[in-house]
Parts: sequence; structure tokens; C-alpha cells
Amino acid sequence: MSINPSGWRPSLAANDTVQEPTGTVTGNRALTLEEPLLFELGTSDTCGVDLPVPDDAISPRLGGLERDEAIGLPGLSEPETVRHYTRLSRQNYAIDLGIFPLGSCTMKHNPRLNEKVARLPGFADLHPLQPEMTVQGALGVIAELGEWLLRLTAMAGVAMSPKAGAHGELCGILCIRAALEARGDAREVILVPESAHGTNPATAAFANYRVESIPGTPEGRVDLEALKARLGGDVAAVMITNPNTCGLFERDMKAISDATHAAGAFVYCDGANFNAIVGRVRPGDLGIDAMHINLHKTFSTPHGGGGPGSGPVVLSQALAPFAPLPFVVRTAEGYRLVEEETAADNGGVQAFGRMSAFHGQMGMFTRALAYILSHGADGLRQVAEDAVLAANYVLRSLDDVLDAPFGASGPCMHEALFSDRGFADGISTIDVAKALIDEGFHPMTMYFPLVVHGAMLIEPTECESKASLDQFIAALRHIAERARSGDSALSEAPIHAPRRRLDETLAARKPRLVWRD
Amino acid sequence: MRYLPLTEADRSAMLERIGASSVDALFADVPETARLAGPVEGLPGHAGEMAVERHMTRLATQNASAGSVPFFLGAGAYRHHVPASVDHLIQRGEFLTAYTPYQPEIAQGTLQMLFEFQTQVARLLGCDVANASMYDGSTACWEAIAMAGRITRRKKAILSSGLHPHYVATVETMARFTGDAIHYAPPALVAEPDIEALAAQVDQETGCVVVQYPDILGRIGDLSALAEAVHDVGALLVAVVTEPVALGAIRSPGAMGADIVVGEGQSLGVGLQFGGPYLGLFATREKYVRQMPGRLAGETVDAAGRRGFVLTLSTREQHIRREKATSNICTNSGLCALAFSVHLTLLGEKGLRALAAENHRLACLAADRLARVPGVSIINTSFFNEFALRIDGDARQVVRDLAAKGLLAGVSLGRLYPGQSDLAGGLLVAVTETVEQEDIEALAAGLEEALA
Repeated sequence: MSINPSGWRPSLAANDTVQEPTGTVTGNRALTLEEPLLFELGTSDTCGVDLPVPDDAISPRLGGLERDEAIGLPGLSEPETVRHYTRLSRQNYAIDLGIFPLGSCTMKHNPRLNEKVARLPGFADLHPLQPEMTVQGALGVIAELGEWLLRLTAMAGVAMSPKAGAHGELCGILCIRAALEARGDAREVILVPESAHGTNPATAAFANYRVESIPGTPEGRVDLEALKARLGGDVAAVMITNPNTCGLFERDMKAISDATHAAGAFVYCDGANFNAIVGRVRPGDLGIDAMHINLHKTFSTPHGGGGPGSGPVVLSQALAPFAPLPFVVRTAEGYRLVEEETAADNGGVQAFGRMSAFHGQMGMFTRALAYILSHGADGLRQVAEDAVLAANYVLRSLDDVLDAPFGASGPCMHEALFSDRGFADGISTIDVAKALIDEGFHPMTMYFPLVVHGAMLIEPTECESKASLDQFIAALRHIAERARSGDSALSEAPIHAPRRRLDETLAARKPRLVWRD
Repeated sequence: MRYLPLTEADRSAMLERIGASSVDALFADVPETARLAGPVEGLPGHAGEMAVERHMTRLATQNASAGSVPFFLGAGAYRHHVPASVDHLIQRGEFLTAYTPYQPEIAQGTLQMLFEFQTQVARLLGCDVANASMYDGSTACWEAIAMAGRITRRKKAILSSGLHPHYVATVETMARFTGDAIHYAPPALVAEPDIEALAAQVDQETGCVVVQYPDILGRIGDLSALAEAVHDVGALLVAVVTEPVALGAIRSPGAMGADIVVGEGQSLGVGLQFGGPYLGLFATREKYVRQMPGRLAGETVDAAGRRGFVLTLSTREQHIRREKATSNICTNSGLCALAFSVHLTLLGEKGLRALAAENHRLACLAADRLARVPGVSIINTSFFNEFALRIDGDARQVVRDLAAKGLLAGVSLGRLYPGQSDLAGGLLVAVTETVEQEDIEALAAGLEEALA
């Protein structure tokens, strides 16, 4: 029996029948440390902050609603707090530790300069509702970043307030809806390619559109003829990801845009993969009407274990007037934050309202701007080139041991796509991914895009050295060979991680989402 | 360039392996007409760390930071002292530079933290379960209305006049596209929140009633009777908390019968940051968990029988359900959730209560002091750390005039409700533990001078 049983599923029966896989009394293995839950460590009487003792002499004005029962919040002293979270942090893989080749997610290095500038009191300690004259520099950041985004994309307007990529998608689709409504043209359908991110159909459905799928060609691109055949008076927009989720540039993008516009519809571009073309291709030149830009992908703001993101949306001339409130304008007297607007002062059309309470993800704007200024126009171009170069290097270094379904379609862009074809019976993509964990890597994106069986989508980014790429390639090559030869030990992987494979079915069947004493 | 490790020799060797003559050849699928021959025109080139820092610092110094002046702004974003260890811990690279925990075997740190966060949030808001966070309070508020619609299959939502007007605007934007009927009117400058009036408004078509607690004017009302009235017609009560520190002093909305409680978590750990990123809190009853939006961390076991955590119930989510998902949300506000959780762990029950008591004490002092300023009347009889006052004059202009003198006096209702002339004299004053006695004196003196 462990001296620290709390780390050993205390909430489930048969606790003492569990075999300790480590063979140590604590369950720890040297630097791999088990950590109990906060609720097993803390007490309601412990506090890591020094605060004045409440003054009983005050007669409260709380409407007679003084809290009369305990909340149930355990506290820790400062040293215990630092240790708890530091120990937890060490159970995470991170870009700071090594290559994080999640396709479509773009895990690039997060420069620490960005963290430093975001924490300047003049940005971090600023209230969103301070009078304009006291926040001119902050409005200047929003305006300057917006200007960069417009020039890099050759678009006419930008909405800065969306809080993440999917929120940006929604913003773009709502702009399209508003523009169509303004011309009295009710349309019901949005066309989405089969290979699209799940957020695309979810967004379209949320905005009350019916989603219809467009087929792809055998070479992994949108079927232009099928698209043209489907376009009609009921189609509001086409949502295209370019470069697409198969890692390919949509060669026919301009033709897709032209056909869509001819049918009176708009082109939405999912900009999740803009990092592949930034500085080399401007989406505005391809006829795009709206595109969100994930600042946490292309412009290196940290992913933080799942957010916060930031998803500004660039808009064409036709959609720009419909951008949501608030927005920043430059006047002779300085920057102004427009929070209210009537149709009269906006050329007869009206911004469609707010997408969220304040002005967007300011903390991400400062980081993204610092990144953009560091690279400059020339450096951003190099970013795209190195990202594409690294992905093609991975593709061509492994396509003899892994099936590259679109390997004959030409060079890939920023990500290399493989399938599970050629694996021995009983070996799946997930086994290869988990084996990479044992080799000290974060796996690639698995089972996406859905159009490829057992998909493995690898996005190395521009931030890996050649030595890092070579090491990753060597490990994956070795695992691929094991997968082809049917090495059943792969199904046991990972064996060296803080946890073996976790039972996701159990988690979903009997959800335990909070700790209960 | 300091962020790009490849050398020219590396690039040549890699092109050789690929079998391409140049990097340009890798962009062959881009139509000739759309391929830029050089860097985008009209934009500067790369810059060193020192130059970038200088540029950003110059912009930062053009702002009056909250800590540099007497500061009384609230209205949905509050300035609290954040312990130094919070910011240190969220900058651990293993938290900062990790992704959504799709590979749980090497993401237990994030997953366990989220499980702990969910528990803290559920307990604080008085609910059974909470999710792993949303973008912010306003978007969480809309998601709650959408969720109530899924549960009740009714499209009518009644919003309290005390709901933050930016939250109302966010909801109205979304509802315009989904066809939900939103009933709302701006607040009146009176002492009591509109809870009784809301109870009188509910009918058989009502899907949910949304009430802020404390409300936009800082008023605190008992939600119990409203919850009963709402439940009587088969509707749900959604409560919105924009200042979670208040819940260290007052009863939780869940304990008073709210079915969904959402909130803005910025107060704890996150900081002001000019409005974002913030942290949406979202909690509800166990029976509604499958209708809940957003990521969820859940407990399970690994192949060796050890406790572990995974993202779960993802069949609600967009990457599985696509157009049938409960929400299009993919990203949450993970790092802000970590900051919130660390701050709340440092405080614990005892600390949160002491922090709340100190906020309330200072706010009472400030209210009493400002009540003595000629031309000022305090609206509230109940409040936590923020209250509304009415001044003789245009509060928006007064706030601007005082800002020019280095005093950030509060949020005028004219800013929040442009065009509502009956609210033009309203000013919201928030008083947290960061306010000192002499700041209160400075505010009193400033108002006295402005109203003289």
C-alpha cells in the first residue's frame, strides 16, 4: 500500500488491489512525481495571502444575503501552492520541451519578449472602460496590429474583438448574414468541404444556416465543378480552408471565389493555416471576403493549455461596413473607440452589434504585435517559407515508410499528411501516436482530416532546427517500421509517460467532473 | 532571425532531400498572379528585441495605468491584487506553451488543474458541475441562454434591467441570428434591483430569465422567490456574476435556486488587461451536463489502474458533432483558468472571505464619505464593492474632467447607456482592496470640486 494513496484512484473501489507500476512506496519515480488533488492537500483554514482580519464592527449592507454556509474551498500556503502547480506542470508536454507537431494547431515557439511587453503596466493594468484620453497607447496597439493584418491580407476592414478562431468564424459568417439581409436577400445554405475543421459546420449551423458538404477531388482539393454545380440563389457562402486541412494549397481558389461571387454568395476563408502563406500570398488577391486569423497560430501567442486564443477577422470592401462594435478609428485628435453607431454615420448600414463585452484579447494583441514587429515583412515571409520547407522535408523523409495519400499532388504546404495504409492488422494510428510519446515527442494530429483513413497530420513549424526534425523523423521512421511489421508492443504504448493509456469510455459513461469529499 | 533555427546550409540540404530546386518551387500551386515576389510592400522589416521593446514601451507609457492613479472603475472588470506567485506559475513553460490536452498521458498537469478549477467554480457558484471555462462572462451569458433554449425548447429570454449592457448587446447580437426573442429594458436609478418585476413577467413561453448578481448598479437581491416563479412556468433561471469575489461574502446563486450560473472570472488572478483575455465561468445542475457547452475534464483511470484525467463528453462538441454540436467553441480560456485557480488556491475559503470582507468594508467607507459630498446621492441600499451614485450633472463629462486631473473616478452610466438621458447623472464606483483611504479622499475632493 502506498503512503500516498490519494494519487491512486481513491474514489473507486478495489483500491488496494491496484498493482503499483512503479515499485516505489510513494508512487514517484525520481523526477516523475505524483501529485494529489488540491482537495486532498488543502484545508479551509490555510491561506497563502496575508489579508486584514475581518472587522466585525462593520454592519454589512449586503441586502441580508450574507453567506451562511461554507463554500468548500481548500487553501494552500504559498510554498505549497508553488509546489503543487510546479509538480503538475511537469506532467505536461510543451513546446518549450520539444517539437509539438500537431497539424492544424501550429505550435510554434512563444517568444518571451511577447510575455514581457504584455505585462507592462501600461497594457496589463488598464481598465477597458477608462476614458479614451488615458488609453491612447492601447488603442494605438489595436490600430497598429489591425493595420498589419490588413496589409498582410490585402483586405479592407478588420474586426478585432473575436476571442478565438471559432469566434472569428462566427463573426465573419454574421457579417455575411448581415450583408445579405441588408440587400434583402435571404439565403439558407452554407457550403463546407468535407475536409473542413469541425468548427466550420458548427459555426454555420449556429448562425442558422443549413450546412451542405462539397466533395473533394482524389488529389485532396475542393471539387470546383461540383461546387459550381451546387451554387445557386440559396447559397449564402462557401467556407474554404486555404491552405486546406490536407496540407495543400487550393489551386482553384480564385476560380472558386469568382464562381461564388457570380452566384451572389460570399467566400469565407478559414485562416487557421495562414501561417503557411503569410508574407507570400495575400488572401484578398484570391477573392476572399472574410477570413479569421488565429493570433495564437500564425502570430505565436501562447496556447496556454487550451486558450485564450484571439481571432481577428479581416473583411472585404463588401463586408467591412458590417464589422461588429467596438472598433478603433484614428482622428486628428487621436484614437477613438467607437462603441455606438447609427446607420446614418456609417453610410446607411449598421454594424451588427457586439460579439463580447469589451474590445477583444488585448493581452494577445500586444504579444502578436511584438512578434510581427520582430519578424517584419521580410521575416514573416521567411516564416512561411521555413514552415513549408520543414513540412515537405518531413513528407519526403517518411513517404517510403508511411502512406502519403496526396504525396503525388505536388508539394505540401505547412503540414504533411499520412494515412494508416500499410500498417499490419491490429495496429492503428493511435498506436503510432502513443509510441511517439515514449520517444519523448508530442504526437501529430490523429484522425483528422476525416477524409483520410487513420490520418496523421504533422505540422513541424518553422521553429525546429534541422537536428530536431531529423531526430523526430528517425523516431517516427522506426515506429512506422514497427507498425508495418505488426509489433504488438505498440498497443501498450505509452509506457514511460506519467500515465498509461486512459480509459476515456469510463470517463464518458460515468462522468466525474468535480471532486466530491 | 532569432526565432528561426534553420541555416542556409540546412535549407539547401532539406531542398535536396525534397528534390525541389528552390523554396519557390514549393509554392508552385499558388497561382502566379497571387504570388508576391518580395516582402509585402509598405511594411517595415525585422527588428531586434531592444527595438521592439522600445516601441511597445513607448505605446504603454501613453496610457494611464490603474495602479498609477486613484482608481475606482468596475462595471464588469475589477482591479484586485494578484499575488506574485500566480503570474510566476502561469509562466511555467509546461502550462504556457502546451496545447489543449488531446494526449492525456502527457497532459495530466493541465487536466488535473482543470478538474480542480471545475470543482472550485462549481462550489463558488453553488452548482453541481462546471466546465473548463469559456471566452468571457458575456459570451458565457449567451451560451447559457442558448443552453436553456435547448433544454426548454422555448425561444423567449427575459433579461433583467440590471444585466451588464455589454452582455445584453452580446446576447442581442447572437439572438438576431438565432431567432431567440430577447426582452430587456435599461435600469432605473433606484435602490432595489428589479427581481420582483422579473417574476411578474414570466409566462408559459419563457425559456429563461437572466439576472445579474450583484447587478450592474451593484445592488444585491434575493433570487429565491424569482427561482420559484421561473420554475413554476417550466423555465430556467440563469444567474450572472461579474464579480466572483462577492461570493466570499454573499450567498451563491446556485444555493438560491439558479439553474445555470455563469460569470466573469477576471477578478481572480487574471488582471484588467484592457478587457481581455478574460475568463468565462459556467456551472449548472448535474442533470443538464450533456447540454452544457465547452470543454470538460473528467476523472478516469489509466491502463495500470491509476487515477488520471481526460477531456470528456466530447460528443457534445464541434470536432465530433460538427453542425449538431452544442456550441462552435473550440478554444477555452485555459491559462486564465489556471490563474484563477492558483489565486483561489492561495486564498482558500478563509482568504476569499477575508478578501471579500475587506472589499465590502472599504466600499462602505467610500459610500459614506461620498454621501457627504454636496450634489452626490448614493442610490444603493445594498452593495458589495461597487455602488451607483447620482450627481448633479453629466457624469460622463465629470469622469473625463477628473481623468485629465489624474483621477479615474469610476464608470459613468452615460458611457454604458449612451442616449439614456435619465441615466446621464449616474456613476458607478468600485472599491476593492487596492483602494487606499487617501484615494477615497481624493475622489471625494475631486467630485466636490467638479460639482461646485
